Amino acid sequence: MKSNYKVSVSLWTLTVKEIRRFLRIWVQTLVPPAVTMSLYFVIFGSLIGPRIGSMDGFDYIQYMIPGLIMLSVITNSYNNVVSSFYSVKFQKSIEELLISPMPNWAILLGFVLGGVARGVLIGFIVFGVSLIFYPEFTVANPLLTITVLLLTAILFSLMGFINAVFADSFDDISIIPTFILTPLIYLGGVFYSINILPDIWRSISMANPMLYVVNTFREGMLGASDVSISFSLGMICAFIAILTGACLYFLKKGTGIRQ
Amino acid sequence: MTYALEISDLKKTYPGGTEALKGISLKVKEGDFYALLGPNGAGKSSTIGIIGSLVTKTSGMVKIFGIDVDKDMAEAKTMLGVVSQEINFSQFEKVMDIVVTQAGFYGIPKSEAMPKVENILKRLSLWDKRNNQARTLSGGYKRRLMIAKALVHNPKLLILDEPTAGVDIELRREMWTFLKEINKNGTTIILTTHYLEEAEQLCRNIGIIDQGTMVADTSMKDLLGTLNVQGFVFDLIEPLEEAPLIEGFPLKLEDSLTLVAAVNKDRSINALFSEFSKLNIKIKSMRNESNRLEELFIEMVNSNEK
Repeated sequence: MKSNYKVSVSLWTLTVKEIRRFLRIWVQTLVPPAVTMSLYFVIFGSLIGPRIGSMDGFDYIQYMIPGLIMLSVITNSYNNVVSSFYSVKFQKSIEELLISPMPNWAILLGFVLGGVARGVLIGFIVFGVSLIFYPEFTVANPLLTITVLLLTAILFSLMGFINAVFADSFDDISIIPTFILTPLIYLGGVFYSINILPDIWRSISMANPMLYVVNTFREGMLGASDVSISFSLGMICAFIAILTGACLYFLKKGTGIRQ
Repeated sequence: MTYALEISDLKKTYPGGTEALKGISLKVKEGDFYALLGPNGAGKSSTIGIIGSLVTKTSGMVKIFGIDVDKDMAEAKTMLGVVSQEINFSQFEKVMDIVVTQAGFYGIPKSEAMPKVENILKRLSLWDKRNNQARTLSGGYKRRLMIAKALVHNPKLLILDEPTAGVDIELRREMWTFLKEINKNGTTIILTTHYLEEAEQLCRNIGIIDQGTMVADTSMKDLLGTLNVQGFVFDLIEPLEEAPLIEGFPLKLEDSLTLVAAVNKDRSINALFSEFSKLNIKIKSMRNESNRLEELFIEMVNSNEK
């Protein structure tokens, strides 16, 4: 007689577990981005911002808001999955999942949904903080904003997953966020438009994938962007498809999790 | 006949070339209590890892209640519970949450799992600690929690990899009683242990694995029956200065009040008692010299190494 196994329950369980994990340590996960972003808004928005003037026709603080939200969403969705999946590997509680009948796609989706939940929640928290400093902010295209927010959180959750799969130590889960991800985000148009750069640096910036993510989100929030939106959305979706395939391949092969 | 576990020509070579399993085959009947023994590095944990899909096999076949794990892994896993050798739960979660979450991974919703979880935690004396963080539990309670997790989905086959390692004798005995009870209620159990007394007490059938090959797969009774000589220890009421000479029964004096006899399996121990009476040797109590299974185990492993 066939068992009555319900994959939907397994997926729900893992997702809730992942969300409960970052909510339980909210002082480490939810408060720091709010504090850091408040400082950005105070220093670069309220104090230095008026001296900078406008950027692409917007107040500087207004121009910064989408960039800072993306910065938070990218780092938090990535960090959530990389730290959570590496922790279950490290503590061997990954065995709880591997021994269970959960298919690989459900394991991946559970971790990604946890990362997306944290990324999106942080995105709303930072947006809430920004409204304290710039209450008149209105979102130009809510549908595009939400779409990019979700796609970005998915994309970087998948990247975090791959990082965790190959990580053998806690150093390995901090190297990529610190030395690759953060510089690319900061140089990807969070604080400025690439139009203010000299030609050579503008061309180099066009090779930075973060530029497309940040600017597509800025298009949604402000209606202004340095790049083609359809191209950017296409690239984000293509990368999500490629990374999903890679994650499923690594899970099937047991890379980093099975002997 | 459908076996609870059927392994055929199972091989595992780790990256680096270590050949952990060299083609073992094994059948465990439904309802059995089976001991899988072997020295460290023999291949026991690799075998269990492959059954639980924690280790990728190089070749061979594994069937759980007739279901080939390569063909329907999910279905096979719903029938399997594994208690790993090492602690494998999040130390920062509460006992109750860990077990309920494990049930969820097996597709059991929380509302349905709660009565089962309460029952298992109570049976394993963990109910009072259900709201404690797992890291605050003692080693023995952590072992119980591992068993609770493995049982929450009512597996038909339970595999325990050294469940009583490092556990005090009282808790070990409690676990024995618990395992006997669930086996009596129909759960097939496979046990690995270094405590051979444990295997002798609990298991009906036994497999011995060494250097990646099976060196024995038989019933406990038959295996113990192959012993030719059995050692008995007699505690004496009055001290002796030297061991008496009794034909057919080699005797040695361990100390003045302890006499050890080697009794061939075709000899009756009554004859020895008669001789003791004749010599006016008064016996206070007697026991087996050492674990009988231990002797056989060492003998088999040593002969396999030659």
